[in-house]
Amino acid sequence: MSKVRVLAGTKKGAFVLTADGKRDQWDVSGPFFAGWEIYHMKGSPVNPDRIYVSQTSGWFGQIIQCSDDGGKTWYAPGGGQQKSPQGWPAGESNRFVYDSAAAPLTTHQWYDGTQHPWEFKRVWHLEPSLTDAETVYAGVEDAAIFRSTDGAHSWQELPGLRGHGTGPAWQPGAGGMCLHTIVLDPKDPNRIYIAVSAAGAFRTDDGGKSWKPINKGLRSPYLPDQDHEVGHCVHHIAMSPRRPGILFMQKHWDVMRSDDAGDSWHEVSGNLPTDFGFAIDVHAHEPETIYVAPIKSDSEHYPLDGQLKVWRSKTGGNEWEALTNGLPQQNCYVNVLRDAMAVDSLDDCGIYFGTTGGQVYVSPDAGDSWQPIVRDLPAVLSVEVQTLP
Amino acid sequence: MSSPVVRVEIPFHLRTLAQVNGELRLDVPPPVTLRRVVDVLEERYPVLRGTIRDHDTQQRRAFLRFFACQEDISHQSPDDPLPDAVAEGREPLLIVGAIAGG
Repeated sequence: MSKVRVLAGTKKGAFVLTADGKRDQWDVSGPFFAGWEIYHMKGSPVNPDRIYVSQTSGWFGQIIQCSDDGGKTWYAPGGGQQKSPQGWPAGESNRFVYDSAAAPLTTHQWYDGTQHPWEFKRVWHLEPSLTDAETVYAGVEDAAIFRSTDGAHSWQELPGLRGHGTGPAWQPGAGGMCLHTIVLDPKDPNRIYIAVSAAGAFRTDDGGKSWKPINKGLRSPYLPDQDHEVGHCVHHIAMSPRRPGILFMQKHWDVMRSDDAGDSWHEVSGNLPTDFGFAIDVHAHEPETIYVAPIKSDSEHYPLDGQLKVWRSKTGGNEWEALTNGLPQQNCYVNVLRDAMAVDSLDDCGIYFGTTGGQVYVSPDAGDSWQPIVRDLPAVLSVEVQTLP
Repeated sequence: MSSPVVRVEIPFHLRTLAQVNGELRLDVPPPVTLRRVVDVLEERYPVLRGTIRDHDTQQRRAFLRFFACQEDISHQSPDDPLPDAVAEGREPLLIVGAIAGG
């Protein structure tokens, strides 16, 4: 019987949650890297036992961790398993250096409108390659994309994004100027989508050498020019691997859709009671079925009326239904962050999300009913799920 | 002549990261300076590179401080000699994380 493995990154460590295909009995292991912020963890689709982890700290900086046994044991690539001739741990993994030779380190817009230098802070998102377990992409703050082709031992920036020209107009969102979303096209290895808060969405069609903004159709009231090429606070982008090129976006406000690989967007918020939110995802088998977790507003980061609801559209947007069975419907004031929703690929598609209140919920029936896997973790920053044979 | 053994205490989270317990004892060739101690520390535990000082600028991370013989030496030149008591292993060099934010 198939199994699922849920990878939950939290404010104070990483957790691995496993179950069989019924998804009703769960084993919980962790915390791993206790006390550290785990912004994201994700397994390789090529080798599911290879898991990459972003471990970070305002005190100590950025560490990358890996597992080669599905999360039982971990190592900092090059720092844990390999030994120097003296017998010491060798290597390092936490060095992210902007390629200033290829793209000079310029400035971006600061909160007050002045220009501010680019400074590396942390890795928000890790996206393993679809074809090579040793290749992984990292989205970082201040916004840039890096790639490792040696299992996270070393990292090189793809400088064409940061240096493509609109950088001075990018500005940080409340969480910082982070590149938080990386979507790989399964049919075209040269096509990658990324999103930056608050700059917008960008696409490369040549494997990361050159990039262009793909924000036409986005409107942001906080911009002097609401339709500006960049400056939009895109919160997350989701794409069904079954249908590359059809994208769904949770923007700061507005749920958006693109049918042309991001060249243009139109709003599909429809009957949502609030279209502010962070997370968005697509059903594994039904590419027109999408999920969002609406949040009251950009200053009240909790569900409307204290009722936690996932909303589902089976029509690719505009027509939404609230999913509440098993979710708290009173006195609930948690948030669902951008990387904290995921879907498995079992026949009955499972939907998962984590909250800042420490719950991780699963729906084994595509959203019709929900149950908590765990209730009391630290604030959940990210949730990914692996479907295993 | 063997190098003096310098005792170093690092924060809990860096001990877990480096997979060590308690105080570290490092062979640091003289003259014993802060830079040399951290150089040896990073050479022995490469996973700590970037966690105490920036990879490239070598600047101390903002939320870390260095103490020797109950003195805050964070703002001294990293090339100043450390006190004899630290250089000779009678007192530890303390690398301390700021108490901020829990």
